[in-house]
Amino acid sequence: MATETATKTGKMVKFIITRQDSPDAAPYTEEFEVPYRPNMNVISALMEIQRNPVKADGASTTPVCWESNCLEEVCGACSMVINGKPRQACSALVDKLEQPVRVAPMSTFPVVRDLVINRERMFNALKRVKAWIPIDGTYDLGPGPRMAETKRQWAYELSKCMTCGVCLEACPNVNDRSSFIGPAAISQVRLFNAHPTGEMNKAERLETLMDDGGIEGCGNSQNCVRSCPKGIPLTTSIAAINRDTTVQLFKNFLGV
Amino acid sequence: MNGNSYLTRKIHSLLGVIPLGLFLVEHAITNYSAFEDGPEGFNDSVSFLNGLPLVLFLEIFGIFLPLLFHGVYGLYVAYQSNWNNSRFKYGRNWAFTAQRITGVITFIFVIWHVFETRFQVALGNLTHEELGARMHEIFTNPVYIVLYAIGVLSAVFHFANGMWSFLVSWGITVGPRAQRVSAYIWMGVFVIVSALFLLSIVAFTGSDFAESASAVRTWIG
Ligand code: HEM
Ligand code: SF4
Ligand code: FES
Repeated sequence: MATETATKTGKMVKFIITRQDSPDAAPYTEEFEVPYRPNMNVISALMEIQRNPVKADGASTTPVCWESNCLEEVCGACSMVINGKPRQACSALVDKLEQPVRVAPMSTFPVVRDLVINRERMFNALKRVKAWIPIDGTYDLGPGPRMAETKRQWAYELSKCMTCGVCLEACPNVNDRSSFIGPAAISQVRLFNAHPTGEMNKAERLETLMDDGGIEGCGNSQNCVRSCPKGIPLTTSIAAINRDTTVQLFKNFLGV
Repeated sequence: MNGNSYLTRKIHSLLGVIPLGLFLVEHAITNYSAFEDGPEGFNDSVSFLNGLPLVLFLEIFGIFLPLLFHGVYGLYVAYQSNWNNSRFKYGRNWAFTAQRITGVITFIFVIWHVFETRFQVALGNLTHEELGARMHEIFTNPVYIVLYAIGVLSAVFHFANGMWSFLVSWGITVGPRAQRVSAYIWMGVFVIVSALFLLSIVAFTGSDFAESASAVRTWIG
């Protein structure tokens, strides 16, 4: 059907894709021309290339690899750099993109193949800061303290993070010369420290951020907050955790 | 980096404000006395500072060592960032990059400036009273006027924008509104302190500083 519509309109969309065959291989670009369909997005274009892996010059090639899952901008798997900006491919509508569309992997992360990246460092960061609420025990602990509805609504905004990695890609201080943990995990510390039960482990989370590879790597470029697809107030979170770690620093110093 | 980089970074940040930021503002005001009251005013300010108790101690522990630490660690912090202004053309991202560039310029400028002034006093080539004349000598070369203006503007930008980010890094300005108001305030400080320095450059070029300059000329030779 796709080709049918395309033959009717005859319109093609040009894609310039940065590819890489293996983690250590050198990246290169390939150009593709994909038949235009109304409302198509970058994922549907990649699917078309997968079905018909032929370059714009007519030579055949290997299908381009990418990752996607939810297709509705909630899982974060399909993050890539589209026309210079890191974002989700599934919500990148071709009608709203300048052409040719340039697609590249978020190379702040290790590239596995083509557009597939390894976001493991983000999950490790969440483990490091214990971004969860510990309630496991050997006996029933009973109900925890209640959370005020207004606070729950506020915290919900922070909980929208899908660990997509866009904020790390946008940050000038996330790179292999710096051990900065990145904005996402810091905002999660704020979320879990705000929870009435999570708060019981507040100091522990803060102290993790006050160690090497913690919050100190932030240099306030504030690109993260401008880039987050979920509109999470990352720079407010970072500044709030800066305040909490400062208080913790004095507490530790004075031994209280 | 060995050790806890959080603490190192906090010390770097604190030293940028106390004493370095305070010193920069003090320096601007001292120099401005050259514009307001000419050579006598400037010499009075210089001798007031040198009359302070423990002045050498203050110079070493209040200026030299903090500057060395903040400057060297600052170079390392600057080295750790990958500027991406061509992809993210946001005002704050420009300020981020400018903070690092002006830091490096300030580093070079301060070494040169201290070598020409305080270091020559330490060597005995110059007295404190001859400093105004020395500045006049330097500024007879228009290239040096431009280089000094660049150095001074860089240092002041670095200080003013650094104050903005200091307030964020310590969690004093948290919300976007507080950070926006802070940005306006420090922009104002940048303009005022820059004006003080630039006016003192103008003053040092004046002929009233030239009279005592002949005394120094022999040394510059
Ligand atoms: C005139 C002397 C200087 C003054 C008054 C000064 C002042 C400051 C202040 C107030 C900050 C903010 C601290 C913070 O962000 O937490 C800062 C940050 C910084 N300074 Fe300096 N500084 C001076 C010299 C230098 C030099 C020579 C360098 C060397 C490159 C340097 C590099 C940096 C860097 C890279 C930052 C950025 C910190 C960040 O935003 O992450 N500074 N400085
Ligand atoms: S904070 Fe936003 S940009 Fe960063 S990982 Fe979460 S959803 Fe993605
Ligand atoms: S596929 Fe889940 S965010 Fe795009």
